This record gives sequence, C-alpha cells and structure tokens, in this order.
Amino acid sequence: MAKVTIPKKACAVNPLKMSQPLGASYAFLGMNRCMPVMHGSQGCTSFGLVVLVRHFREAIPLQTTAMNEATTIMGGMENIEKAILNIRSRAKPDLIAICSTGLTETKGDDVDGFLKLIRQRHPEIADTAIVYVSTPDYLGAFQDGWAKATTAIIETLVEPIQIRPVRSRQVAVLPGCHLTPRDIEEVREIVESFDLAPIFLPDVSGSLDGHIADAFSPTTIGGTTQADTRRLGASLATIAIGEQMRPAAAALEARAGVPYRVFDRLTGLDAMDQFIAHLAEISGTPVPEKWRRQRSQLQDAMLDGHFFFGGKKIAIGAEPDLLWTLGSLVTEMGATLHAAVTTTASPLLERLPANEVLIGDLEDLETGARGCDLLITHSHGRQAAARLAIPFHRAGLPLFDRLGAGDVLSVGYRGTKALIFTLGNMFLAEHEHHEVAPTQWALPEETLRAVEQARPAPPTTLAA
Amino acid sequence: MSALLNQKIQAVFDEPGCDKNQGKSEKERKKGCTKQLAPGAAAGGCAFDGAKIALQPIVDVAHLVHGPIACEGNSWDNRHALSSGPLTYRTGFTTDVNEMDVIYGGEKRLYKAIKEIIDKVDPPAVFVYQTCVTALIGDDIEAVCKAATAKFGKPVIPVNSPGFAGVKNLGNKLGAEALLDYVIGTEEPEFTTPYDINIIGEYNLSGELWQVKPLLDAMGVRVLSCISGDARYKEVAYSHRARAAMMVCSKAMINVARKMEERYDIPFFEGSFYGIGDISDSLREIARLLIQKGAPDELMARTEALIAAEEARAWARLEPYKQRLAGKRVLLITGGVKSWSVVAALQEVRIEIVGTSVKKSTKEDKEKIKEIMGLSDHDRAHMIDDMSPREMYAMLKEARADIMLSGGRSQFVALKAKMPWLDINQERHHAYAGYEGMVKLVEEIDKTLYNPVWEQVRKEAPWDAPVAEVAHG
Repeated sequence: MAKVTIPKKACAVNPLKMSQPLGASYAFLGMNRCMPVMHGSQGCTSFGLVVLVRHFREAIPLQTTAMNEATTIMGGMENIEKAILNIRSRAKPDLIAICSTGLTETKGDDVDGFLKLIRQRHPEIADTAIVYVSTPDYLGAFQDGWAKATTAIIETLVEPIQIRPVRSRQVAVLPGCHLTPRDIEEVREIVESFDLAPIFLPDVSGSLDGHIADAFSPTTIGGTTQADTRRLGASLATIAIGEQMRPAAAALEARAGVPYRVFDRLTGLDAMDQFIAHLAEISGTPVPEKWRRQRSQLQDAMLDGHFFFGGKKIAIGAEPDLLWTLGSLVTEMGATLHAAVTTTASPLLERLPANEVLIGDLEDLETGARGCDLLITHSHGRQAAARLAIPFHRAGLPLFDRLGAGDVLSVGYRGTKALIFTLGNMFLAEHEHHEVAPTQWALPEETLRAVEQARPAPPTTLAA
Repeated sequence: MSALLNQKIQAVFDEPGCDKNQGKSEKERKKGCTKQLAPGAAAGGCAFDGAKIALQPIVDVAHLVHGPIACEGNSWDNRHALSSGPLTYRTGFTTDVNEMDVIYGGEKRLYKAIKEIIDKVDPPAVFVYQTCVTALIGDDIEAVCKAATAKFGKPVIPVNSPGFAGVKNLGNKLGAEALLDYVIGTEEPEFTTPYDINIIGEYNLSGELWQVKPLLDAMGVRVLSCISGDARYKEVAYSHRARAAMMVCSKAMINVARKMEERYDIPFFEGSFYGIGDISDSLREIARLLIQKGAPDELMARTEALIAAEEARAWARLEPYKQRLAGKRVLLITGGVKSWSVVAALQEVRIEIVGTSVKKSTKEDKEKIKEIMGLSDHDRAHMIDDMSPREMYAMLKEARADIMLSGGRSQFVALKAKMPWLDINQERHHAYAGYEGMVKLVEEIDKTLYNPVWEQVRKEAPWDAPVAEVAHG
C-alpha cells in the first residue's frame, strides 16, 4: 500500500537512525556473562555506551579495541588479540562478542581470519567463546545490527543436531530489538503457560530489566546462557518476533532443522490471537483461561478507546518493525498513519497502512507531522513535538528523558491494552486544553456584518 | 592522516604553555601525550568527541558531522550546554555516508550537505567535522570547506579531528586549533571597553556561565567572548579585541589562550569557577589583569566589595549544612582540574575526601590536590590513578565512602551498591559554578545523603530478615 521513498538529501538533519554496531552490541548484551566489543576507535564505543546507559539507566559492559591511526593502517589483528587477552584476564566472560565498525570495515580487516590465527597462537583461550559479526556503520541501521548479531550467534554457537528429541517441549524464541525487557518477560509468561520451555535469543530481560545484583560483575548479568544457546537446535519450533528476525530463524532451520514462524508483531488483538492459536497448536495445550479473560479486557479497552483515536492523524518515526507494530495498531483503532519515517529497508514497509514511508530523518518526520494530532518517536523527537505544539509519545530507543524505558509493556493482550490507554489518554489530555468557552461558537464577523446590513431601517420618526 | 593534521598534532603536543610537555625530552615530546590505549580495557571518548565538545556550544552555527551515522546518530544532543538564544547547535546534522560514498568518496555529498544547510537554516557559519571513515578514504574536508566558503560567501570551517587521531583531550585542542586558524580575528566588534575579557574553555553546561556572569556584570566587566559556552559565531570571531582572558579549569583549550596571548597580546590566567575561595581568586585575577592592561584602579575596590558581600552571603547559606555534613566521606571520580577545585570546595563544608581520581590531572593539578588535602608525598592512597569499576563498587559496598561524585557512566556502580551518587560531569542537570553553584552542590549532596530511600533499599525483605524477638504483652 505504501510507497517507499528515500529522500535525495545529502545531509541528514536530526538523525532518527542509529548505527549497526550499536544494534549488534545491544543484542550481545542479551547474552549471559558476555563482554561485547566494538572493533573500532574508542569513540565508537563511548558514544554507544552513553546511549545505552542513558536509555536503561544501568551499567553497560562494552569494550573497544581502541584503534588509532597507525593500528588502523597496519590492520587491527594485534588490537583484537590484546583486547581478547585483556578482557579474558580482567572480566573472565563466557563469551567475547565482537562487532566491526565503519572504521575497521573501511580498512578491510579480516576479523574471521584474525580470530583463527589468535586461536592458534593462544590455545589457553579455548574455553572462551568468541562471536564475530560484520556491522559497518555506513550500512543499514540499529535493527539490522541486532538481527545480524543474533544470526552470527546462531551460526557460531548452536550445535548442529542430527536427531531431534521426540517429546521436546523446548521452543526457540527470537525477539526483535523493538521488544523491551518487560515485553520479553510477557512473552515468556505467555509461552510458558502452554507448558512450553522457551529459550530466548538474545534475552535482554535477564540483563537489562533493572534489578540489583548481589555482587559486582564486569560482564553482563543474565541473558541467554552458553548452554542454552548451544542446545537451541533441539527446539521443536522457532518463534521469531519481528520481520528483522526472519534471517536468524532461517539460520537456525538451516543449521538444525528447526521449523519457524515469523510473527511480524505481538501488539493488537488479531496479531495476538494468531500467536495464541499457534502456541496452542504446537503445544497441544488448550488456551489458559487467563488469556481468554485478558482478551476480553482488551476488547473492552478497544471499545472505550476508539472514540478518541477515530479520525486522528498520527506521525511515527521508528525502526521498521516498531513502525509496523505501532502504525498497524493506531490504524486498527481508527486513526490514520499520516506520516511514517523509518531508518532502513524492510519488506514490511510497503504493507504499511500509509501513502508513503520515508527512509529518512527527524526533519522529514517533523515536516510530515504538521497538522497531526500526535507524534510518536524516540526521545530525540521532543524538540520537534515542542515546535509543532502537538502531544508526544516516546517509543523506541533511545528514551533518555523518562524513567523506565526497559519497563514499557506493549505486547500481549495486556500490553496492547496499556498502549491504547496511554495514547488514548494523551488525546483526552489534549482535549482538556481546548475547553469549551462561551465564545466557542461565536458567529464570524462577516455574518454579523451581513445581519447588521440586512436589518430593515428603523422607522425614522414616530409621531411625537 | 593528512600531513596537515599530523603537523597540527605535533604542534599541539609541542604546547609551550604545558609544563608537562616542557618537562619531557625532545624524543618523548615527539611521541605526544597520547598514551597508547589498552584494547579491551579502555573507556572514554575519541578526538572527534573532544572537538565536538569544545565547539558545539557555539550556538548559532550549524555543526555538520561528515561520516557514517554512528558518529552523530549515536551522540547528538547528549550534553547540556545551554543557549540564551539560537538553538541551531542542537540540531544534529550529518552526511550519514553510505557504502557508495565509502568507495567513491564523500566529498560531493559533503558539499551538497553544506549547501542544503545554508539554504535551509542560513547559519552565520557551518562547522564541518572530520571522522575516522571519511579521513581514511581521503576526503579532503579542508578543500571542500574552502570551495564552499568561496561559493556561498559564508564561513565554512573544517574541524580536522577524526576519532582515531587520539583521545578526547587532543580533540578539544584540535577543535580549538580550527578556531585559531579560521575564526578568531576575522571580525571586529562594534566597540570595545577597557573591561572586555574572554573566557576560554567554559561550555555553559547546565547554564554555569550564567551563574558567574551576574558577578562580572556587577564588577562592570564585559564578557566579550566566551569560548565556547553560549557563544555566537561573531563573538568568537572578534574575541581578539579582549583585554584579558581567563582559562577555565581544564587545560583543554590552553592552545587558544596561549596563542591569543602571543598573537594579540591578551594576557591570561588559569582559574576555576568551582568553590568559594577559587571563584573569589578568579574575580580578583580578572580585575588585576584588566588594571594591568589599563583599566582604572577603582575596579579592584569594586571587586573586593563584591567578593566580601557574596562570600558572606554564601557562607551564611552554607552554615546550616556544616553540622549535617561534617565527617561525611566522599569518593570523587572526575577529571582534570575539577578534581582539586571540587576538593577545595567540599572541604569548606568539612566533608572528608576519601579519594579523588587524578587520571586526567596534570602534575600541577596533583600538587595542588596534595596541598589542599594536606597529604605527604607518600600518602598516595587518596589519589587514585585509575580505579576500575570493580574497585569502586567494593569501596562503596564496604561503605568506605558515604557518597560518590562522578560522571554518568559510573553512576550505576554506586547505585547498584545501594550508595548515594551525585552527577558532577557533563550530563548533569544542576549548575555548580560560582557562589550560587557551590551552595547548590552542597544542597544536592545533603539532599542525596539524607534521602530516606537509602534506608529502605538497604532493608532486607521481611522473610529474609532474622526473626526478631516478639514482645508478648
């Protein structure tokens, strides 16, 4: 339905997009006892680190190979080697996960080759898993980095299996980066209620759910464990959430023959119904009463909310999967997706219920959002919303000027309901700003003048 | 790296105003002060970051980052340098180069981007920042900027400080070099007075310049140019007409201060806006330099009157906190001059400093800390060179400090140890400069330390707590 347009601007103004290595690092943070490393100059890591710290309000383990001019020219093998040895001795992680950056990709470092040589030279590091993924900054966006990292983890660590256990209850769940830690917890609860045993890859709900650990750890605390990652191939099915996870699901099928299904979203009544039905089918377990009840609550919320969504014009700037999720929901509630801006290509974009989707920046979004009733994007959109003087809902990453970014729930029946209430309340609150006043329906000047002129002239004199 | 940039870096390292450099042999000096970073054990920003930090507070120019999305997309709008007017500096501009640009070169895209910005925003100038990738593929931003300046009749300033050139501090200096080469001295002010000063290296984070400016106004001193907090392009361009300069805190921009002294005969001193004693000294020094350059003597009398009144007012406001804060122990993790100026300030309210980082401090800074804290040469325990997060956590967990003051990136080390923490770095939202700021800092420390939340979060869950004796009545 939508036409996908890439504006011909040379200059991105107020970027919506964030880089691939940052997306990949975020995925690695969902691995237990992991140290993610950006192979690039120190600033690459520093900027990424600040984004994640501000968003989650958590300590973020993230390292750098600290490339400088000379090591870039000579090739980064020595820096990667030193980084691995340093991290191993200081942090003792189970997994060292390396992603490349624009700098090292431009130079053309053969990291896969380096890693082979480093393994040969240092047999003592055999007990540390290493995953590498190529993520140049000048290609794709955050979401692509996340997806590539997940695929690389599968291709490097999952053990290929020949015979599947017949009575496995294990399912692989591959969540896209648009799911918050709280969202993942919700999906886990739903999947487990069908007596299934899910393994999430990656799993930021363990590491970035905002809890206080008992002791200090230089690596991630929580997330997918090494053991779980390796045995993913023994799953009876893969559930991928978000179109971005299709290649990762396909990689797992190629490696271990696990059949998969991609759910493009888990927000919205119909989308959730399909998900629940699928779980009932693969598990052979009837749908628990709890979900039936929540479904009915969501229906009620949709009924209550539709009055306020109807006819509203909405502008959304988000990564493709999040844009799809939010754009679909607001359309289902009766609003129109008036302006849609995203960061990178996706097969979903053409299916969006909008006339046009721009692969652009926040300036494009701001232009498109003129005359809209609501702006939805990450925290960087706050200035645009202020200039446009329209309500602003924060969604995506980074979300640094509000508390609880990791705790936002918008999947499942319950999460959809919460999102409808949040957005609906913004419309309601906006309505309060324009209360009815006695002058509300005053007649226009010309009407009054016309009336004045049309009045017959009063009788000039009365008999005195 | 271009030969030009290499020369620049050599020149910056050869800074005669830097005692540390002068103490080195010629061979050592050639190596520069950039320590080889340890891969896998390094943290902190890069040279691009440093250049952007130094120049972004010039609020009416467009700051255009020439590179892939990571450099600007991941970093824009993360500091609170405030503006009293234009907001152009808060717009993120980047060429967001793609794979084709990497292969065929990004110069054309850069030129077009500059044109688009001038057409759309029409800023007084465009600053173009070089980054690693575009430097590596050989994009000549100097040439593009020169062509754009000629074509559009507007200053387009190249800032050649790609990330891999070195650390943040080097970037500060390279950013400053761009000002020296292309901006300072290119315009003339409408008028000058004998009371005109420059402030160098103050970025107006959270509006700190505005905490100090009323004091200068009261003295009758005019800030001709603040480089670069809340600055307009024009005011930096005519800053060479000031009579004296104050270099604030860190040695980030010493090259500007020293070269302006050399080129335009503007004497400068290094001072701090943090701490009651330090702010008073700085005001005195400003007055002294101006008088030395021909301002009437009575300036000093007015300055002393102002200091007396403001110090008394500040002390009166701090008095109630002395009792509450006496003996509280602070772990201070910050950089550069901030480490000693804040130490001095905290000691004024009898807070005990159990440790302060000196990682980014110069030899002089370290001497000052020793002097202020009354440490002997052997007492190194209080001066922390490089504390790992694990050590910080242990120190707080074992309650060897009552509160940690640091930057945002280490805050969660403290919070996870269930210990109070206060942001004194660039992401903070409170201003701590001048007499006003000192009172605010102490207020914030008090508020943080005495927040009832600490008691609650440290309490065990009732089912975990040892069974208490139940009184039977």
